Amino acid sequence: MNTQMPIKQTFTEESLKKQFRLSEFLAEKIISSVAFLSIAIIFLIFIFVFKESLPLFSFGSDAKAKTEINATTEAKPETYGAEPTEELKPESYGAEPTEELKPESYGDTPKEDLKPETYGSEPVSQEDLKPEAYGDTPKEDLTVASADETMDAVSENQEGADKTWSTFFTTEWVPVSENPRFGLLALLFGTLKVTIIAMLIAGPLAVLAALYTSCFASKRVKEIIKPIIEMLAAFPSVVIGFFALMVLATFFQDVFGYESRLNAFIGGVAMALAAIPIIYTISEDALAAVPKTYTEASLALGASKWQTAFFVVLPAATPGIFAALLLGVGRVFGETMIALMATGNAALSSLNPFESVRTFAATIGSEMAETVFGDTHYSVLFFIGSLLFIFSFALNAVAEFYVKGKLLKKFQGK
Amino acid sequence: MNKVINESEDHFFSSKKSISDIKGTFFVGITQLAVILIIAILFVILGIIIYQGRSKFSWEFISSFPTNGMTEGGIFPALIGTFILVIVMSIAAVPFGTITALYLTEYASENSKFAAAVRFSVRTLAVVPSIIFGLFGLGFFIQFLGAGADTAFNGGELRWGQPNILWASLTMSLLTLPVIIVSVEEALKTIPRELREASLALGATKWQTIKNVVLPGSVSGIMTGTILAVSRGAGEVAPILFTGAAYYLATLPGSLSDQFMNLGYHIYIMSTQSSDVEKTMPIQFATTLVLLILTLSLNVVAVLIRSRIRRNAK
Repeated sequence: MNTQMPIKQTFTEESLKKQFRLSEFLAEKIISSVAFLSIAIIFLIFIFVFKESLPLFSFGSDAKAKTEINATTEAKPETYGAEPTEELKPESYGAEPTEELKPESYGDTPKEDLKPETYGSEPVSQEDLKPEAYGDTPKEDLTVASADETMDAVSENQEGADKTWSTFFTTEWVPVSENPRFGLLALLFGTLKVTIIAMLIAGPLAVLAALYTSCFASKRVKEIIKPIIEMLAAFPSVVIGFFALMVLATFFQDVFGYESRLNAFIGGVAMALAAIPIIYTISEDALAAVPKTYTEASLALGASKWQTAFFVVLPAATPGIFAALLLGVGRVFGETMIALMATGNAALSSLNPFESVRTFAATIGSEMAETVFGDTHYSVLFFIGSLLFIFSFALNAVAEFYVKGKLLKKFQGK
Repeated sequence: MNKVINESEDHFFSSKKSISDIKGTFFVGITQLAVILIIAILFVILGIIIYQGRSKFSWEFISSFPTNGMTEGGIFPALIGTFILVIVMSIAAVPFGTITALYLTEYASENSKFAAAVRFSVRTLAVVPSIIFGLFGLGFFIQFLGAGADTAFNGGELRWGQPNILWASLTMSLLTLPVIIVSVEEALKTIPRELREASLALGATKWQTIKNVVLPGSVSGIMTGTILAVSRGAGEVAPILFTGAAYYLATLPGSLSDQFMNLGYHIYIMSTQSSDVEKTMPIQFATTLVLLILTLSLNVVAVLIRSRIRRNAK
């Protein structure tokens, strides 16, 4: 007691108080605000992708004037040196309503689109006479003509808004023509088709491989297999796309003898290669997280190793495997380079897996370079982008909250 | 009586076991087949690309410009463009990613809602399709920041409001951010608690502890993250499609406001939009081989460093 007395006295309330240090305070504030940036980025991505598609939502004449101001101010920096002195040429929007034109175009659309071998260049041949711009658009845009075109596009945009919406739910994707049609359904159909094919291949393969790795393989084998399969994730998607385009396409055409060399099936196979490492890694983690007591109890009851693996471990890890499959779907859904290179890029809607398809992501990738800033086509592509973003965000949220909650509950025995 | 029952039980068990054995070999066989198939596919891809690309693959190919309308010559500018891209990308992404990881492991409390939100956004960043980053780069960096900077500082003269290497690198740095955060976080977690506590007990403040104890201990983790990010950034094409990659440039990029050539984009262009796909086939395979060697070797290095960190942690 006595010895402790003097020490006790030195710690007054004042000295125990946490000292304020500027550097500490600054460090903590800076670090947490940098961490906040990653939340901000998510919002920014959504805002700025969605913002560019806003012109599509300006219906009617009330919004017209407002759009005009916005459009002209936004278009200004885009004119690339050339002053927009030209007068706004009133465009002929095609007086006929879209419905009337449609039956006519059924005959000729397939001809435009049936170019599976265009390798990601634009599938529409009508207005392709202008020099093609592969990513180096600004050079093209330096001409006065394109400034003129921008203004046209902007003026067209205002009245085209509600017309564009009516074409969204059709199956014709003809963005560059006198009477542009943006049938998102055709693209959705193509994307789903490729996704289903890819998941049918990647899902079982990856999950079974994960099951082998976590339940049957010896420790040494496991240490060899795991890094090798995860090495597949290091293959850039452009390499997988290139391989599909050059090798797989020819090989499968020789085997099955179908007509179009690049099609949904080839795209699906290639995307399966991209999805396998993701599904494998996450489901392997899920399988490894199943408590050892489960396995031991099952083995003690006389079940064999494979029975334990298939009837105890696999069901216990279902939520995790479900999450893995969801993230695999997300990867395939948004995959751009493989879709661009291997699916043929023609927006056909047939159930035949050996027909060319066009996916959402590939459409953005191949057409963005050729659109004009402020154009309806440009806005539609950004709109597709925000759809893709919302979709992948939702998939991740489901995988994160729903599945994790379920997994926790399961292992806690509730 | 007893004996009979035993016998019948024996018989029952043994017959069941043999069926179960057959089933067992079948099911285990299927899983084994899946593993073998995946590994076989991987080596087939590697093998074919090496086999087809080896004839053209040489020092001259790497160090010379493409000639004759990109149907002959090498890939030097694409390689340099890729290097500049990943360097600028790392300069932007590594500090940002490291600090976020520091926040998550050192400052955030266990139940913090904010930290959970940060974690969730990092994971979301990892699953957002790469083409969306491209759109974001176009909408935010080029149209908003770039064009805004042009009107504010250049008097409307176009310099930054167009695709260039800076915007492409920044776009790519957003894409590779989760890779760095996850690696650094993992490395930070392997630093023993005792070290931090010892430092704090000696009177060091939190920031001093982080600066002098935690960060030096996680250098290899930061390195792993950087290497993995570079490997990812070197291979991605979708984000730079409309933020800076160029079809062909006769000169190397001289400043950050120039466009650049890129290995992955070069492969894409050569294989889909080349004037003579058949003739340039060896060039395409050799370019793919170069890209693959780059990404795979970086990955192997990262995996080796990581396994060393894990071994040290044990």
